[in-house]
Formats: sequence, structure tokens, C-alpha cells
Amino acid sequence: MARKVSTQTRIGFTIGAWVVALLLFSPILWTALTAFKTEAEAIASPPTFWPQTFTLENFSAVQERSDYVKHAINSIIVALGSTLLGLAIGIPAAWAMAFAPTKRTKDVLMWMLSTKMMPAVGVLIPIYLIFRDLRLLDTVHGLTIIMTLINLPIIIWMLYTYFKEIPVDILEAARMDGAELWNEIVHVLVPMAIPGIASTLLLNVILAWNEAFWSITLTSGRAGTLTAFISSFSSPQGLFLAKLSAASLLAIAPILLMGWFSQKQLVRGLTFGAVK
Amino acid sequence: MGSISLEHVNKSFGDVQVIPDISLDIKDGEFVVFVGPSGCGKSTLLRLIAGLEDTSSGTILLDGVDMTDAPPARRGLAMVFQSYALYPHMSVRDNIAFPLKMAKLPKEVIDQKVDYAARTLNLSSYLDRRPRALSGGQRQRVAIGRAIVREPKAFLFDEPLSNLDAALRVNMRLEITELHQQLKTTMIYVTHDQVEAMTMADRIVVLNAGNVEQFGSPLDLYKKPANRFVAGFIGSPRMNFVDGAEAAKYDAHSIGVRPEHFVLTRIPAPGSWEGVVSVAEQLGSDTFLHVQVGEFGLMTIRTDGEETFSHGDDVYLTPDATRIYRFDADGKAL
Ligand SMILES: Nc1ncnc2c1ncn2[C@@H]1O[C@H](COP(=O)(O)OP(=O)(O)OP(=O)(O)O)[C@@H](O)[C@H]1O
Ligand SMILES: [Mg+2]
Repeated sequence: MARKVSTQTRIGFTIGAWVVALLLFSPILWTALTAFKTEAEAIASPPTFWPQTFTLENFSAVQERSDYVKHAINSIIVALGSTLLGLAIGIPAAWAMAFAPTKRTKDVLMWMLSTKMMPAVGVLIPIYLIFRDLRLLDTVHGLTIIMTLINLPIIIWMLYTYFKEIPVDILEAARMDGAELWNEIVHVLVPMAIPGIASTLLLNVILAWNEAFWSITLTSGRAGTLTAFISSFSSPQGLFLAKLSAASLLAIAPILLMGWFSQKQLVRGLTFGAVK
Repeated sequence: MGSISLEHVNKSFGDVQVIPDISLDIKDGEFVVFVGPSGCGKSTLLRLIAGLEDTSSGTILLDGVDMTDAPPARRGLAMVFQSYALYPHMSVRDNIAFPLKMAKLPKEVIDQKVDYAARTLNLSSYLDRRPRALSGGQRQRVAIGRAIVREPKAFLFDEPLSNLDAALRVNMRLEITELHQQLKTTMIYVTHDQVEAMTMADRIVVLNAGNVEQFGSPLDLYKKPANRFVAGFIGSPRMNFVDGAEAAKYDAHSIGVRPEHFVLTRIPAPGSWEGVVSVAEQLGSDTFLHVQVGEFGLMTIRTDGEETFSHGDDVYLTPDATRIYRFDADGKAL
């Protein structure tokens, strides 16, 4: 139901929203501006807002020193690969939980979510040792596997919430129409859940893209993702603010663009389907 | 072929026993209606036959073959749901074609069958629409189309008309009956509307708390109800029941008289019951009188619409002695 909102409240909310949005966006904006300044100007006091001498040399320096393209490709493979793998496992799992629940289904869901509350360092040593023994350290596929495992609870939870909205009658109709399980999932469930699956996919690509802890600890040169790339800049090169900004901007640009073009699905995803 | 047999079928959800023990034989080509009060297990029984629920114990045979553990997709039955359950992401054409695609029929055969079904059901001009752009009646037709194209062994309907308005319901009722006469395929139809049950069925199963109270033809059930429950459930308005001394005169624990089996007079007649009209419902063709009859309580009488009655009129009711139903203390018919 549409509620009547007075013009004043609406203006108030609009101004408030803009202020909050600008505040949240200001670090990114500052990073972007700094990336185009010279090192001297970047640390100038008082700081300049707009770059006085507009330069691209930070970007070429960054690419030369630590191969941005390689890290970006790794990030894309890990983020997309882990999300697709997670969906391949998560869709059947969420189907089972939403449409063939047992008494313990809720408990299993809670348990899966609880693994997200555990600090990652807690399992660092066992995982590290397993990865070492399986020769998965510093490999893209190793990182893809760990990323899948980390995000699987969220994937299953999101899919579960979306699947719950689908009337079970329709799946039963498919069964009566002669659809075996596989056909029921592929021809009926998935097409009906496309908006939910898309949100899940987007959100998980972002989560995997931004994940830093495991990509930094489990990779070194070869399989490093963009988060590892940034961190390699921040410590030894910490004083070179302009180059660090250029590296950061390069690292977040792809995901920022993706987010921009899929705002609608993202909002749905982030609110777990509460916004229609 | 499409004969369906249930042998000692039992269904429990956890600790709740919904169907204690049902055995039924449904012949090939029969139109069987399950009726009963809400929550008596009609849908559950239908879903057991469909394979959408697992039986707790007992056997379900389709054409003599044990199908108790077969998944719904392998049973060769078609179902029409109360909610229609159309695939919202598919056009009407794809909805109807879906079971044929699942059966992996060649495309030309599918197109031909879909077109034929669409023509039979007056859906030809809607084939490219999505279900949400259809009216309730059209959706129902699509659901029926989807069921008939695959030529199933039997059709299962779970209250398919309950979401339609009264006029459309009468139309669809006729269409389904016609469809049955055309196809001669076994149909099981769940409803709580006893007019649907009486008019459509070859045989009716009256269910109560998961038990079969009676299984017989509509007129059998009307004329020879097996017990007080069936007597009260079949027939509209409901049968009037009288206990105590009056029933003892007929050598029974209780007796029942249908509203249409009274002679109504304004002056006392031998053996008549005296009453006062409480409400007169005039339908034009009939009038239903609700009459307060002394210690027997409120009784419903059906008269023709000719004479008018009003609140407070004194009337005398004479039950037709040849049409009095007698029941023992357990409610069984005598
Ligand atoms: N999945 C379930 N889990 C537990 N109990 C159930 C389940 N499905 C049905 N029941 C119970 O079984 C009983 C019979 O339900 P069913 O749906 O078969 O009734 P019905 O005769 O179709 O009623 P209605 O006319 O209202 O549709 C009800 O008491 C219901 O609460
Ligand atoms: Mg029901």
C-alpha cells in the first residue's frame, strides 16, 4: 500500500540520503582523485581537492611494478569460478531444504550460518596444512575452492529464502507432468528463481572479489588476486600515496562497474529478497 | 486403462494419523468423487495416489501394478490443482506442451497435440500469452489442457473449481463431465461441494476423519446411506434428525427425515408434528422453511414456492413414513 508522504518529509529524506551517500562515497572519490595526482601533490599540506597536474604515470608505474592484469585475471577467475561452483552445489542443496525439509533442516541452516561467525584465523593453520599437503598453495583453483566453501552458507541461505517463495504446487505439477528431479530443477525451479539466483550470483561475486584474508595468506606471486595486489602495495609502498590510490582504484573499478549496472538485483540480494 | 486399487493404505504425518486404513477399488473409466468435511484427508488421499506423498503402509496398484514406491513422474497420472499451478515463466503453449516435452515426443507431434487440445478447450487465441494474463476460467482450462495432452491413465482433480465464481463453476462442471464422457478415462475428483459430487460422480467416496464412510453411486448414498454421517452429509439442505421417544416409536435410536420428505399442512393431521415457522427462505422454485418443532428443535422443510409463509406461522409436519431413515446407537443405518 502506498502511504501518503508529505513533500517536506520527502525533501528531508532526499537530502539525508544524499548526505549519507556522499559521506560513504567520499573515501572512494578521494582515492580516485589522488590516483591522478603526482606523489608530491598527494601528500601536499594543505591538500588540494582537484589534481593540479593531471597525470597517468601512477597507473603505468603500478602495472609495471606488480602486473595488475595478471592479478585482475586471477580475481575474475576466483570470483566467478567460486560463485558458479557455489551455485552448482547450492541450488540442489537449497531445493532439498526448501521443498523436502526434515525436522533438522532449520538446525542445519543455522549451523551453516554459524560457520560465518567464526573468525577465519581459527581455521587458518589446519587449512594451510591441508593446502600445503594437497599442493594447493598459491594456485588459482585452490583459492577458488576455499572461496566456494567460505561463501557456500550465504549462497544456500539466499537461495533457500528465494526458493521458499515459490509455490510447491508448481514443482509438484512438474512431477505429475513427468519431470524427473533434474528436469524439475532445470526447467521449472531455476527459471522461476532467476531473479533470486542473479542476486545471489552478484552478491557472491562481490564477496569473493573483496575477500582478502585467504587470498593474502594462501597465495604469493602466482595466484594472487587484486586484494593481494593491493596489500603488496600498502606496506612497502605505503608512503607513495598516489600509486597506492591508483592501485586501489584499479582493483575496485571492475566490481564498481558491475555493481553500478546491476543495482536492482543487488538491492534485492542484500536485503535477502525483502524488497520486491 | 486406468484402474486404481488401494489396499490397507495408511498415512501418518509424524505422530498424526491422517488416514488410518483405507481400501478402495476404482474401476477403469470411472468418475469417482471424494467428498467429506474440511480436514478429513481428501487431498491427502489424492496425493497418495498421485505419489506426491509417501504411504506409511499399504499398497497402491495402478492397472494391477504395484506403484506404491514409484515417483509421481512414473505413474502416468495427471493432476489438476486447486491453484492451477501453471508454469508462470512459460507461455500457454509451452505449459500445455511441457508434459509432452518431458515424454520426449518429436516436435511435430507435440505441436499437433497442443493445437488439438487448445481447440478443444477454446484456448487457441491465447497460446502465446503468459498464465498471469489469463482469467481464472482460462487458467483452469490451461491446467486441464496440460493434463489431457499426455493421455494419462487417470486424472486427479483437487477442488479444481473452488477458485471460480458460481456461474463459471457450473460451466466448468459441465465441461469436465463432458470431457469424461468423451475420453472415458478414469477421473478422481476431490470436492467439498456436494452438488458437484452428486452431479458428476459415477460413484462417491464419503470420507470422515480419514475413514471411508461409504462408497457408492450418488443415488445409493442418497437413498441408502450407510450411517448417520453419510445421511447428514449427502443431501441439501441437510437431513433432520430426531432422537429419544419419537425415534423409539420407530424402534430406532435416532431417525432422520429429509427436508423434501414432509407433508406440510396448516391444520393438524394424524401423526403430525406441530411447529412454528422461524425463517422462510424463498428461492422461487422452492422455499426452505426453518421450523421450530417443540422438543425436536429446529427442522428444515422444503416446499414448493407456491405458498408463502412468514415468521410465527403455525404449521404441522407429517414425515413420509416410507422415507424415514433409522439409525442405531452407533449411528449405523438399520
Ligand atoms: N504435510 C502435512 N503435515 C502434517 N499434517 C498434515 C499435512 N498435510 C495434511 N495434514 C493434516 O492432515 C489432515 C487432512 O488434510 P487434507 O489436506 O487431506 O484435508 P482435506 O480433506 O483435503 O481438507 P480440505 O477440504 O480443507 O482441503 C489435516 O488435519 C491436516 O492438518
Ligand atoms: Mg484439500
